[in-house]
Amino acid sequence: MEAFAVNLLNGCSWGMLLFLIAVGLTTVFGVLGVLNFAHGSFFMLGAYGSMQIMHLFNSFWLGLLVGPALIALLGMALEMGLLRRVYGRDVSYQLLLTFALLLVLDDAVRIIWGPAYHVVEAPPLLAGSFAFFTHSYPVYRLFLVAAGPLLGLCLWAFFRFTHWGKIIRAAAMDRDMAEGVGIRVPLLFTLVFGLGTWLAAVGGALAAPHQSVGPSMGERVIIESFIVVVVGGLGSFPGAFVGALILGLIESFGTVFAGRAQMALPYILLAVVLLLRPRGLFGREA
Amino acid sequence: MSARGFSGSVIATLVLLALLLLGPCILPIYWTMIVTEIFIMGLFSMSFNLLFGFSGLLSFGQAGFFGIGAYTAALLIQTGFPSLWLIIFCSVLVAALFALAIGYLCVRRDEIFFAMLTLGFGMMLFTIAHNWRELTGGSDGMPLCSVPPVRLPGIEWSLFPPVHVYYFTLFWTAAGVFILWRVVRSPFGLMLTAVRENKQRLAFVGADVSRIRLAAFVIAGGLAGLAGVLFCVFNRMATPDFMHWAFSARPVLMTILGGSGVFFGPAWGAAIFFCLEQLVTAFTENWMIVLGLILIPVVIFFPQGIVGTLVQWLGDRKESRS
Repeated sequence: MEAFAVNLLNGCSWGMLLFLIAVGLTTVFGVLGVLNFAHGSFFMLGAYGSMQIMHLFNSFWLGLLVGPALIALLGMALEMGLLRRVYGRDVSYQLLLTFALLLVLDDAVRIIWGPAYHVVEAPPLLAGSFAFFTHSYPVYRLFLVAAGPLLGLCLWAFFRFTHWGKIIRAAAMDRDMAEGVGIRVPLLFTLVFGLGTWLAAVGGALAAPHQSVGPSMGERVIIESFIVVVVGGLGSFPGAFVGALILGLIESFGTVFAGRAQMALPYILLAVVLLLRPRGLFGREA
Repeated sequence: MSARGFSGSVIATLVLLALLLLGPCILPIYWTMIVTEIFIMGLFSMSFNLLFGFSGLLSFGQAGFFGIGAYTAALLIQTGFPSLWLIIFCSVLVAALFALAIGYLCVRRDEIFFAMLTLGFGMMLFTIAHNWRELTGGSDGMPLCSVPPVRLPGIEWSLFPPVHVYYFTLFWTAAGVFILWRVVRSPFGLMLTAVRENKQRLAFVGADVSRIRLAAFVIAGGLAGLAGVLFCVFNRMATPDFMHWAFSARPVLMTILGGSGVFFGPAWGAAIFFCLEQLVTAFTENWMIVLGLILIPVVIFFPQGIVGTLVQWLGDRKESRS
């Protein structure tokens, strides 16, 4: 029972981080139609960037606020300078362009920060642990479990109720029509790409105290968030949430029940979902 | 293509083949080995391009089949299997069978989904190779102490000298390329192009799109497996890295560099890739960032790749002259 609860919390905290990252991926795809291979690199840049600012100003919260914002600006610049040129092309070329970006960004991280792993302390407010049955459980993970759904809810409300949210949904549905009624779609695309990048970077900043910060952290995340969005249904909000939760739980419980085979579980999930429901759990019929 | 152009390309291919046969006589040993690697990765990239260039399917998991070929060969060699012919045959068969099973799940989806699925399944194979320590040696890989010699009636050809490995690789690469060439020029190859151009229309005239794609996936997987066997013999080692998605990305990059629309484009891409790597790593360790910075303009401005753009440019000039 006790181990069960600990695994449940572990799964939820990682799942919520994955949700933040996957929701950015799925939003960019839903609006721009581009699957961003470099999304994991933005996640990693978010972790490194906010770590750097934390070290400079000695404040976790300032890092969380400023770091992802800077990465989002970088993302917007890349969208305006590069991605914009390939929207009309075959999707393969969009994927390849973001893949080239991934190569550049990942190597840039290695050049700037070196190959070593860094440890980031949780802020004093969330440091330490609390008694949990006979175990002690880190407060920070509990914070993650709460922060994920909260941010997700804000995002959902933004898309559902605000003026800007409606404009974005309109542009996602029909780009030409949106342009026809006077929406500046290119600007909108840049902003949405910035939002997606920001979400990945926030995920990275939040992940920094949860795991160590290293040059390969983007790689694991991009593959897992790909799995999340396929399982949940590409472009679907609730799909990203449920998919991330399932994947997080599978990974934390897998270590207990499946031992070494645990690493293969996400891929088995992927295969099963595709066989039984190819469009994903919440995906619309293509 | 006109009859003259056709015979021209055949002659060019034969001249190239002759040059490659003479290669080790001219090249220093270091470059002989690099050219051997170019053969292997060229075959790997061309097998990938059967999916990407000819069928419009972007696979990010071909390293899985490459690795399956390499590991099957390594396992058979370690158990002391005497015949290299049989080892190659079995390894290619196993890789093709894996491609059949994984392809069955993947070919139903398009474009982005296909790319992600192949990426996922490729990484599943990587995970298995990485974690099944008893079978594969885990992250240490499987070193090969000896490789059985090539046995032809009356001849035994040891695969220890790098020059012998060069000719061995050249033979099998040429065989693999020949198979690809036959596939692409067959009615089946035309069907593949039709799948790429308009699969709805093809479905309406009664063709089974999934089955055509699956067949291409199995051929590509089998040939990737062949490249894996060659790489295992060349390297005297099979490691999980062969299956990692970073390795899957290599044929993708080489194909983009060379050009997916030209039959030999991916192989030229492999040659460009390795020569660039030699050039760049002389100056800096960060070869990937350079590669990325080269790829970005290639994708944006020359989507047909370097060789593809050249071929088109030459074609335009010929047309404007006549």
